[in-house]
Amino acid sequence: MIKNISNLGDAALYCDFGAEVNKQINSEVIKYFNTIREKNIKGINNLTPSYNKLIISYDLNLTSFNKIKKEIEKLTQSETSKSISKNLEIPVCCDESFSLDMERLEKKLNLKRDEILENFFNKEFFCYMTGFIAGMPFLGDLDEQMRAQRLETPRVKVPKGSVGITEQFANIYTFESPGGWNIIGNTPLEVFDSSKQKEPNLINPGDTVKFKQISLEEYKNYNEQ
Amino acid sequence: MSNNYFKVIRAGINTTFQDKGRNNLYHIGIPFSGAMDNRNYLLANKLVGNKLDLPVIEFAYQGPLLKFYGDKINIVITGDVVFKIKQKDNEIEGNCYETYQLEHEDEINILSTNKSVYGYLAISGSFDLKLQWGSCSINTKANIGSNDGKKLENDQEIKISNINKNINKKKINYLNSKIENIRIMKGTNFDYFSEEGKKVFLEKKYTVSKLSDRMGMRLEGPKIENVVNTNIKSEGLLKGVIQVPADGNPIIMLSDHGTIGGYPKIAVVASVDYDRLVQISPGSKIKFKEIELSDAETLFKLYEMETQNLLSQI
Repeated sequence: MIKNISNLGDAALYCDFGAEVNKQINSEVIKYFNTIREKNIKGINNLTPSYNKLIISYDLNLTSFNKIKKEIEKLTQSETSKSISKNLEIPVCCDESFSLDMERLEKKLNLKRDEILENFFNKEFFCYMTGFIAGMPFLGDLDEQMRAQRLETPRVKVPKGSVGITEQFANIYTFESPGGWNIIGNTPLEVFDSSKQKEPNLINPGDTVKFKQISLEEYKNYNEQ
Repeated sequence: MSNNYFKVIRAGINTTFQDKGRNNLYHIGIPFSGAMDNRNYLLANKLVGNKLDLPVIEFAYQGPLLKFYGDKINIVITGDVVFKIKQKDNEIEGNCYETYQLEHEDEINILSTNKSVYGYLAISGSFDLKLQWGSCSINTKANIGSNDGKKLENDQEIKISNINKNINKKKINYLNSKIENIRIMKGTNFDYFSEEGKKVFLEKKYTVSKLSDRMGMRLEGPKIENVVNTNIKSEGLLKGVIQVPADGNPIIMLSDHGTIGGYPKIAVVASVDYDRLVQISPGSKIKFKEIELSDAETLFKLYEMETQNLLSQI
């Protein structure tokens, strides 16, 4: 449930679902996000769900804080209980040429490469949110022993498709970008497709993701099938 | 002649196509973008008789030098801009908010914005652009929008269609007002900062850094002390949000901002001041002034009425 609604400037509502980061709170955020999207409330022009917050932006020419706040408070529990999540499998190749930070991780986590990969590929991840760069999914939660800080000095360029981990999260670089996550592999799958106007994101908040290890050969042939 | 185009002789520093931007994509990581100074964008389209949401060319500091090939076309520049127009062998100084007719091989040379940042060029016709999510707006950081998401380059051609030839010369008198005081509302993490930090933020002047662009405006000045946590759990951002990272220097999010971020939000700029905020050039000083939400809403309504009033005079 929303614990508190305040204004973020004069053109957005800041809905606070709590301070914790966990699946239960995030699922509440996502339910509200999906419901508000379907409702098409006049004036709302953007929704940004995150771990435990939902920011609702609106056009100040069409509506105002008090009007939108009333609309949101009117939503009942049953209306916000819809779930439209998917289960996805993402192929990842962890060839040395892709796992840029494996050595660093082995040292930081005090685990062997095989142990890190076994843990990673056995994990079922939950997509908390997407963003920062277009389509980037924030997937959690990694086990305690898999949690490493980001690089001290971020890379200027992380290759497209890179799969990285930091703290309790895994993510995928949907295109080449600066970044500081520990890179363990690369996916040949297009996780963000800007030519798809409606659903450019393969992974959306609320989805469940499992990674599947593939060989370098499978990686190379992946997009030729 | 059906083949109308501009040849880009000199692209300028950061010249892009912009329109009203794209909605409802924050949740997948795509910001609004669109013309930085909305009022000047609307005025440009209105002066050349266009629908108000058509793409225009936005430039920053030094603009482009464009050579026109084709039939006749009307153009206008809005903002506070120094530019020249070469018609046949005659070169004249141009005035903003006044339309000019270009003929085959005439040139428009946008020299610079004057003590401001952004200016706009609109034409009585439409640029042939590919829209992405309903908008041509170019976001160069994410390579989204028309022109393959890249700023204009030297020697490229800009195709033009649907030229409206029945356009009279138009002109308005409009002076861009400059502001130093930026009105803000407290942000959701205002209380993360020490009493002294809050005081500094609301009372001291800040200098706009050279590292400012369409993504954000970085400020330099007295450091703002954080006494709670220099990070928050990543959450949504909006244009106008002022974040203070660990180094204590505020950053104001602008139209191409990243959609989520993990720095505390000390304040948010009131919508009424956004058009004028983006025009404040590096090296200039600004000062923040706190207002209430209800005042911000009223001030924005008045600003919008003023914009509509200007548009109705054209």
